[in-house]
Amino acid sequence: MNDQKATSLREPLFHLTKRASISSAVAWLIRLAAVIIGLAVSGLIAFLLIEKLRLNPKEGIAKFYRCFYEGIWTEGKPFWENRSIWKFLKDTAMLLCIALAVTPAFKMKFWNTGAEGQTLMGILGAITVAVWLVPQARNASMSVPYWTLQLLMFGAAVLASTVWALIPAIFKAVWNTNETLFTLMMNYVAMNLVNMMLFIWRPKDFTLPSMNFDKLSFQFENLKSFVNNYLVIVLAVLALTFILFIYLKYTKHGYEISVVGESVRTAQYSGISVKKVIIRTMIVSGILCGVAGFLFASGLNKTIKPDDVGGNGFTAILVSWLAKFNPFGMIVTSALITVLNLGSAEISSDFDVSSAFPNVLVGIILFFVIGCEFFINYKIVFRKRSNRVKGASIK
Amino acid sequence: MNKKIALSMRGITKRFGSVLANNNVNLDVYQGEVLAILGENGCGKTTLMNMIAGIYFPDEGKIYKEDKEVVIRSPKDAFDLKIGMIHQHFKLVDLFTAAENIVLGVEEGKKYNLKNVNNRVREIADKYGFHIDPEKKIYDMSVSEKQTVEIIKVLYRGADILILDEPTAVLTPQEIDRLFEVLRRMKEDGKSIIIITHKLHEVLAVSDRVAILRKGEHVATVDTRDATESSLTEMMVGKKVELNIDRSEPVNPAPRIEIQHLSLKNAEGIDVLKDVSFIANSGEILGIAGIAGSGQKELLEAITGLQPTSTGDIIFTNPKKDKPVSFFHKSLARVKFLAKQGAFHDEFGNEVSFNGLGAKAIRRLVNNGKVLFKEDEVMNLRHKTPLQIRQLGIHLSFVPEDRLGMGLVGSMGITDNMMLRSYRKGASGFLNRRKPKQLAESIIHELEVSTPGVNTPVRKLSGGNVQKVLVGREIAFTPKVLMAAYPVRGLDINSSYTIYHLLNKQKEKGVAVIFVGEDLDVLLALCDRILVINSGEITGIVDARRATKEEIGLMMTQTKDASKEGNS
Amino acid sequence: MNIWLSYLIDSVAFGVTFIYGSTGEILTEKAGHLNLGIPGIMCMGGAGGCLVLNTIGKISMAMVEKGMSPLPGFVFVIAGILGAILMSMLMGLIYSFLTVTLRANQNVTGLVLTTFGTGLMKVIMSKLDHTIYLEGPKEFYRWPFHMRNDPLLYLGVLFYLSIFIALAASYVLYKTKVGLHLRAIGESPSTADAVGINVTKYKYLATIIGSAIAGLGGFYYIMDYSGSREAYLSIEAYGWMAIALVIFALWRPHFTIIGSIVFGFLFSFGSQIVNIEGISINLVMTYLLKMLPYICTIIVLIFTSIRNKRENQPPQSLGLPYFREDR
Repeated sequence: MNDQKATSLREPLFHLTKRASISSAVAWLIRLAAVIIGLAVSGLIAFLLIEKLRLNPKEGIAKFYRCFYEGIWTEGKPFWENRSIWKFLKDTAMLLCIALAVTPAFKMKFWNTGAEGQTLMGILGAITVAVWLVPQARNASMSVPYWTLQLLMFGAAVLASTVWALIPAIFKAVWNTNETLFTLMMNYVAMNLVNMMLFIWRPKDFTLPSMNFDKLSFQFENLKSFVNNYLVIVLAVLALTFILFIYLKYTKHGYEISVVGESVRTAQYSGISVKKVIIRTMIVSGILCGVAGFLFASGLNKTIKPDDVGGNGFTAILVSWLAKFNPFGMIVTSALITVLNLGSAEISSDFDVSSAFPNVLVGIILFFVIGCEFFINYKIVFRKRSNRVKGASIK
Repeated sequence: MNKKIALSMRGITKRFGSVLANNNVNLDVYQGEVLAILGENGCGKTTLMNMIAGIYFPDEGKIYKEDKEVVIRSPKDAFDLKIGMIHQHFKLVDLFTAAENIVLGVEEGKKYNLKNVNNRVREIADKYGFHIDPEKKIYDMSVSEKQTVEIIKVLYRGADILILDEPTAVLTPQEIDRLFEVLRRMKEDGKSIIIITHKLHEVLAVSDRVAILRKGEHVATVDTRDATESSLTEMMVGKKVELNIDRSEPVNPAPRIEIQHLSLKNAEGIDVLKDVSFIANSGEILGIAGIAGSGQKELLEAITGLQPTSTGDIIFTNPKKDKPVSFFHKSLARVKFLAKQGAFHDEFGNEVSFNGLGAKAIRRLVNNGKVLFKEDEVMNLRHKTPLQIRQLGIHLSFVPEDRLGMGLVGSMGITDNMMLRSYRKGASGFLNRRKPKQLAESIIHELEVSTPGVNTPVRKLSGGNVQKVLVGREIAFTPKVLMAAYPVRGLDINSSYTIYHLLNKQKEKGVAVIFVGEDLDVLLALCDRILVINSGEITGIVDARRATKEEIGLMMTQTKDASKEGNS
Repeated sequence: MNIWLSYLIDSVAFGVTFIYGSTGEILTEKAGHLNLGIPGIMCMGGAGGCLVLNTIGKISMAMVEKGMSPLPGFVFVIAGILGAILMSMLMGLIYSFLTVTLRANQNVTGLVLTTFGTGLMKVIMSKLDHTIYLEGPKEFYRWPFHMRNDPLLYLGVLFYLSIFIALAASYVLYKTKVGLHLRAIGESPSTADAVGINVTKYKYLATIIGSAIAGLGGFYYIMDYSGSREAYLSIEAYGWMAIALVIFALWRPHFTIIGSIVFGFLFSFGSQIVNIEGISINLVMTYLLKMLPYICTIIVLIFTSIRNKRENQPPQSLGLPYFREDR
């Protein structure tokens, strides 16, 4: 009868199914393709936005892409004196450090959007100790033994960050308060707190809310000056990466985190206290943010401003998520984002565009990288001719 | 019968993978009748109805509505054909009122006005005798009220064919009476009602005709007035199938776990278990038979400490008599305390009190196996968490129904899943994967699990292999009690026999095995005793070697009456 | 004039930025999508409006040079608003394509959208001429009060529009079928899908319309409340505040009107207090007050989660992608 019609109504042209598995090589290839497409599209957008590029398109485009290389390597300088590469390594390390901090919680499906504030609190904690113990800090003479001060600053940084991370964790564990929104709000409380403290500490002749602690940094005499802190930071963060990898993969805590993240029911079945794991894991996150804060406060900037973390707390979420919460994968993703940042900063100075231009480029490329996850997780199944529907709606 | 046909199905076949859910089913539904669809769990009743309601699409066969062929691809198509189904799991927005849920998704072409909707809902309710407040929020409602909302939702869309999937499973007897009254009125109004059920007395009370399904096939359709409970049961369960399961006689059965007057309510406040008492013996397999959702899951979860109970005790007897004490699960303080109570003796039968001994000396004695229990340990597991039970040194193994959502971690490999129970061992903060890996390898080898490797996520394995991994782990835990909920569901014959064999081996080792099953043939062939549970109450405990399928089938479906025979 | 009254009016005017932002975010969240890209969208809304004003401003000047009369004020007003709406709709489209169709993680997508939006806005704004897009046109936006000189007493066209939009959004959400469907999707997309509601269509529309509304907030802040060439630099911060206000207003657009006044009051306390004679206050207090909107939001969040009243909770499916075969 109207069998024909019925057949044509059988199923839509294609439908989506979740992929059962995908080899990690293919997954990384898809991501690489996304980065390349993103770079191409960002070139196109840059072409539209930058007049200088349009004047001489051929050379301009070549120069445009060359900037990503120049952003991390100054031509003709040896490695140890190459300022660009060290800035790249340091930026990557700092981003990676915060990304490490958010990872344990994310693995547990606790969406901590508060790394920015938690790191900032770490900085504030360290600086508070310095201000408290070194009243003459601004006059550059110290009254406390160097290493004692560093140790105290470290302790204070870790403590402040941990408290900041712990507050939302407790409310999540006890009352199931939405952690995404809670931690997000805590960022802005932290920023205003920093503002307030800077106002309190302001020197008589200071108008902007920022402080300088130039003399509170690490000193390694046997290396050239700008490598000093950078090398320490890079090594410290690499060690942390390794430790976190071990923690997540080879310890009982890490195992519990994985089970809770996968299924709360399974966790209960195996006798894991979900509340305890949430709180303990956020303490770990807080400690790592504290380390990042200490590195910022003591090793790097030697200043404190409310925007010191510079959005790294948010970018870290991306770094962690893109690497599927694998600490070693995060080395790659944080390096990628740093290359994009530095390269596009180079572009903005070379082509005379706004200093906000890097954000635009990074944004575009990340849109593609985020979007490509879809092709990793889902499969598009086209209707097969003369083959009856199988499992179109099987659960 | 000179009534008009409302809906007919011809040659409907549906497969899920290799499983044949429905095979060449032909069925007619008349206008103005109540048709009961009767069958055991997994016989394909719900799948068949889902194909009319647009949830599934048949692989073969045709559906006719009033003699016209129709294609139903989505619930919306079904609604447009005036077919509505009330599922077991209600699909309602909790935050909305009844009326808001009812009007959701309806295109009326009129201006939306909640007052009009409320009035219209009241009209429908009055017409058929529902009791409902259209302005009440769903989260404030009882299950029966939610069901009413679902039924009105279907009526509001003008449905003239209503399918109800196990509507009485969640209702009290009074509510059931009221529901049947409503169904009769709808019937008088010319609507066709299909009711899926396994409760025989309800079938007899409310339906005009009964269609019986068995193993995906339509066995017969009979007029209700010609049917009796026993004739229906016979058709439903079919002839006894002989299974080739080796069953040994229990050796020295002794009470291992005793459930006393256990009751519990679920999150919605419904009584799921009502005053349940029974004993599971060591060296024996106790089967639990019952319609799905009669409280089996909650019973097992209550024993393992996953479900809070309202009343009752769970008495566990640990066969420790004359066995050495170990520090494995007991702290020094606990050992000292028990010694003071006079719980221990030495190998010569003299009481051990540790008087005047230091910690070191006590440890030495215990570690050398010189301290023995005088009696079996008896403990009450009521209100204990799974971890507390473990810390008492009690090994309860549990193979839950939801294998990947509860028993295993889908994204982890077999090795890591082996650790789920044992990872806490040792004082170190690090995991020791050596033993779990050995265990994983031996399970793969002995149970013939086909997997690319010990680290392949178990989610990627087939159902049978997943179950072998889970059961293998639970057995490796050297349990005193092994509980398994539907351990062979969805498994092929070979895997099923592997599981039966494993359970039998455990029984022979003296483990108390509790087996929740759905296939009566299996229960009769595998178990020593069968406990029948019906709506959270025990309707009988029978000797599996002597009981018949019909007998158990009746106990599963009838409400509690004189059929209580056999005993514990 | 009474200094407190002018302060109050200032708070009301300031709060309008948040009304737009949070009304837009509420619509999006009611569809189950937590859009952390709102700050970026508000920035781009502002940039879009200014870009259009910059263009038609030039056209108008060219017309004057040719001896024609300049474009009438209402053209500027409408064109600016349309520019803001269009640009932010584009941003919303990016977000909804990624999160609805490609089912990307909402938090991550939102954060990238904010990075992108704030960056692009700064690039665009640095290319515009504030004498063209701001100085002339901003007077038009004071309609219907542009005849008066008192800077504190103008609540211009965008103010009234914001009140209208907030009330209209509440009406749509709670009194119409469309709103019922939208709320159902946010609570339980599978239920909505089962009764034949087109979940994807609703999610797209809610996100894009929500973005359009939010974008007006950024535009309002530049053209009306601040009226200065540096105004665009602070929009991002107010975007986060708008997200906070959503929680504070318990996901009800009409509550944002009251909430925005409270937030505006607290936030501008520091800059206003110096104008008030007879009150001397430690300036540290002003920083504490700036913290208060966020702290209040946290307290509201905690309080609602402890009280656990169903009506005041975030939409049930907030943040979760919907995939039909998962049901």
